[in-house]
Amino acid sequence: MGSTDVNRRELIKRSAAAGLAAVPAMGALSACASSGSGASDKVEKGEKTDKNPLGVNKQAGLEVVIFNGGYGDQYAQDAHKVYERSYGEVKHSKTQKIRTKMQPRMVKGNPPDVINNSGAENMDIASLIKDGQVADLEPLLDAPTLDDPAKKVRDVLMPGTIEKGQFGGKEMYQLNYSFTVYGTWYSKTALERLDVEYPRTWDEMLAVCAKAKREGIAGWTYAGKHPYYFSFTLYPFFTKIGGPDVMKDIDNLEPNAWKHDAVKKAFDAYYELYAKGYILKGTPGIDHIQSQTQWTKGNALFIPNGSWVENEARKTTPKDFQMTVAPPTSLDTSDAMPFETVYAEASEPFMVPAKAKNVEGGMEWLRTMLGKESTQNFTKLVSALTCVQGAAEGMELQSGLASASAVLDAAGEHVITPRIQDWYLELHKDKIGGTIAAMMSGDIKPEEAVKRCQRFADETAKDDSIKKYKHT
Amino acid sequence: MANDVRTVERKPTDTAPRKEEGTPLGDYPLYAAAFFLPPRLTPERVKNNRRYRALDTYRFICWFLLIPLVIYAIFVISPFLQAFYYSLTDWTGYSSDFAFVGLDNYARLLDDSTFWASMRNSLLLLVAAPVVTLGLGLFFAFMLQAGGRHKKNEAISGVRGAKFYKVVYFFPQVISVAIIGVVWAAMYDPITGPLNGILRAAGLGSLAQNWLADPKLALGSVLFVLCWMFIGFYVVLFSAAMGSIPKDIYEAALLDGASRPTTFFRVTLPLIWDTVQTGWIYMGIQALDAFAIVHIMTINKGGPGQSTLVTPVFLYKKAFDVGQAGYATAVGVVLLLVTMVFAAIMMLLSRRERIEY
Repeated sequence: MGSTDVNRRELIKRSAAAGLAAVPAMGALSACASSGSGASDKVEKGEKTDKNPLGVNKQAGLEVVIFNGGYGDQYAQDAHKVYERSYGEVKHSKTQKIRTKMQPRMVKGNPPDVINNSGAENMDIASLIKDGQVADLEPLLDAPTLDDPAKKVRDVLMPGTIEKGQFGGKEMYQLNYSFTVYGTWYSKTALERLDVEYPRTWDEMLAVCAKAKREGIAGWTYAGKHPYYFSFTLYPFFTKIGGPDVMKDIDNLEPNAWKHDAVKKAFDAYYELYAKGYILKGTPGIDHIQSQTQWTKGNALFIPNGSWVENEARKTTPKDFQMTVAPPTSLDTSDAMPFETVYAEASEPFMVPAKAKNVEGGMEWLRTMLGKESTQNFTKLVSALTCVQGAAEGMELQSGLASASAVLDAAGEHVITPRIQDWYLELHKDKIGGTIAAMMSGDIKPEEAVKRCQRFADETAKDDSIKKYKHT
Repeated sequence: MANDVRTVERKPTDTAPRKEEGTPLGDYPLYAAAFFLPPRLTPERVKNNRRYRALDTYRFICWFLLIPLVIYAIFVISPFLQAFYYSLTDWTGYSSDFAFVGLDNYARLLDDSTFWASMRNSLLLLVAAPVVTLGLGLFFAFMLQAGGRHKKNEAISGVRGAKFYKVVYFFPQVISVAIIGVVWAAMYDPITGPLNGILRAAGLGSLAQNWLADPKLALGSVLFVLCWMFIGFYVVLFSAAMGSIPKDIYEAALLDGASRPTTFFRVTLPLIWDTVQTGWIYMGIQALDAFAIVHIMTINKGGPGQSTLVTPVFLYKKAFDVGQAGYATAVGVVLLLVTMVFAAIMMLLSRRERIEY
C-alpha cells in the first residue's frame, strides 16, 4: 500500500461519499425482480393412445407441489404411486406457503407441473389468469375417466365444479378437488338433550335458542375474527328468501343488489339473535378454532361452518357429540326456495401452470386423482368428500361427513355456489365480512348494514383496478 | 489532512518567483489512470505531484470498500430504486410483463378511503407509541438508576433488585414478534383470556371487554402491546446512558437540595438527550411498522372495520391478497416518504446544544 493515513472519521465520511456516488450508477442495474424469461424448455409430447388420452411423454418427470394444510399430503403421495405405474417419476414437495414459494417461480417462468394453490397463502388466481400463467384444463375435461373409458371426466364431476374453475369465460383453469358442504352445524346429542328438533323456520330457531338460554347455553357462536364465516349460512339464506337471483345479482355487483328485500329480512333475522342475547358472550373477539372449541364444549348450539370442521375440531369433540350439518334455517313458509337449499362447492384448487414443462403430465396426474382409487383414498384419509359424483358410495363415513353427504342428496338441484369469495376476495372477506361482524356485535343496525354492504359493492364495481366477472 | 504528521517536504525553492503549481490539462488522464493502478505502477510524474497524497488516500478507500459497496448496492440500493419504478407500473406480481402507467397508482391512492384510514391509524400510533414507550422507559430507567434510598457515601442508587428488573423488562425484546402477537391475542381473548379472567375474578365482570373486537378499544389494545414490546429495550438503553453520567454531578445536585424530580429534569434528562432523540426516531419507525402485531392479533387483519388497519397491512393486502403489486409498491414509497419526513421533523424539533461531560 502506498503512504496512506486515514483516521476513522475521515474514513466514515469518505465511504459515505463513495456510497452516495455509487447510487446513481445503480440506475443502470438491470431489474431483477421481474426480468423473467418466458421461454421454458417443455418436454416433448408423447403419443396419444386409448391408454394415454392426453399424450403424456412416458419418460418425462413430473413435479407436483402440494399445500400442506388440513388435508396433509399423504393422499397426493398415494396418487403419485398410481401415476408412476404408467408414467415417469414424480417429484413431490409440500409447503404451507404456496405463494412465497411459487410466485417467484411463476414470474421466472419455471413453475412445477401441478400446484395445489390453496391455504391462506395462496396465489390470486384471477391475476394469474390475467397474465396468461394458467393452462386451460379443457383436454382433461374431454378425456375419458380412469375407471370407465365410456364416460368423459366432465360428466362425472359434481354440479358447479366446472363453473367454479371458470373465470368469466368458458375455459376452466382450476380443478377444485374437494367438495365442501356449508351450513349450520350442531350436535345431535345437544339438541336431543334439549328435547328439540333442528329448527326449520326462523320462529322455531328463536324458540330453540330461548330454550337453550334458559339452560344457560348460548344459541350461536361464530368465528368472530373471520366474520366471513357468516356467509356460509347467510348467502343461502338470502337465496331461500328471495330466490337464486338475489345471490346472482350480488355476485355480479348489480346496482342495488344488496337492497333486495331478502337481504334486509335475513339481516333482521340474524340481528334478532344478537338483540335477544342468543350469541355466546365474547364471540366477536374469538377466532375459528376458539369458536369451534366453545361449540364442541357445549357452550353454544349452532355454528356456521364448512365440512372441514369435523377434522379441525376432532381433538376437542366429545365421543357422543354426533356432529351434524343442516341447511340453514328458512325464514318462513313464504320463502322462494325449499328448506333443503344449501351452499356447497368444490374447493381445494389445483392448477397446471401454462409455462410448466410437462403440462400433459400435470393434467394426467389430475385425471389419476379423479379415479375411484384416489378419490376413495382421499375421503378415507382426510374425511372430506370429493368433486366426483358418487365417489364415496358404499364407504363408512363419520357422522359429520355422512350428514353432509345426506344434505347434498336431499338438496338435489338446489345447490348454490356464490362466486363473490373468489371473484372479489377483498369485498367478501374484509368489507362485507366486517359489516356483518359489526352488525352481529350490535355496533350497527341491519338498515345500516345493508347500506354499507351496498356502498362497498358499488365501490368495488367502480374500481377499475379489479377485474370484473359475470355469471354466464 | 490537517492532522497528518508527515507533511510534504517542500523542495527548496529556487529564487525564481514561485507560481502556483497547477496541473497541466494533459495530465488528467494520467491521474485517472493512476486511480486504477496499484501504487507501484503509478507514473512518476503523478507521484511527484503534491496532489498525489489525496489521490492515494481516496484510491485506498475506494478500492478497500469496493466489494462491500457493490454488494450493498445490488441488494439494498437497487431494490429501493426499482421500487420507485415499479410503483409507476400496473405490475400484478404474478408475471414478468407489466405496463408503465405513470402516476396512476398515486392518483388512486389519493382518493382511496381505505388507504387514508390506514394512514390515520399509523400516524396515531406514530404519535402515541413513542410518547408512552419513551416516557415509561425513562421513568423505569431512572428508578433503576436513582430511585432507591440514599445509602451511605452514595449520591444515588437504584431500587432494590434493579438488575433483576432489567432482565425481566428485556424479555419481550428477545421473543419473536410473531409469538408476541399470538400470546397477546390469547391474553385478550374475551372468553378464555386471562385479562377478562382477572377482571371477573376480582368481581369486576362488568368491566370485561371484547378488547380486540370493539372498534373503540381495538387500536388502544394494539398500542398497548406495541409499547409493552419495546419498553424493555428503552429501559436498558436509557439505563446505560444514565450510568455514564458522572456521579459527582448527582452529588452536587444533592448538596444543593434537589429533589428527585428536579434531579431528573435538570440533570439526567439533559445529559441523555441524544439517546432520547435517537430512541424517539427508532420507536417512531417501529410504530409506523406495527405490521406483525396487527396482522396476527386483530380481527380480520386490521379490523373490526378499519379500526386497526395500519398502512403496512394495507400494503400487504394489496400486494398479496388482490395481486396489485404495483399499487402496493406505490404505498411503500409513500410510507418511505412519511418515515423520512417524520425523522427530519424529529431531528429539527429536538435539536439542542450538546453537553460535554
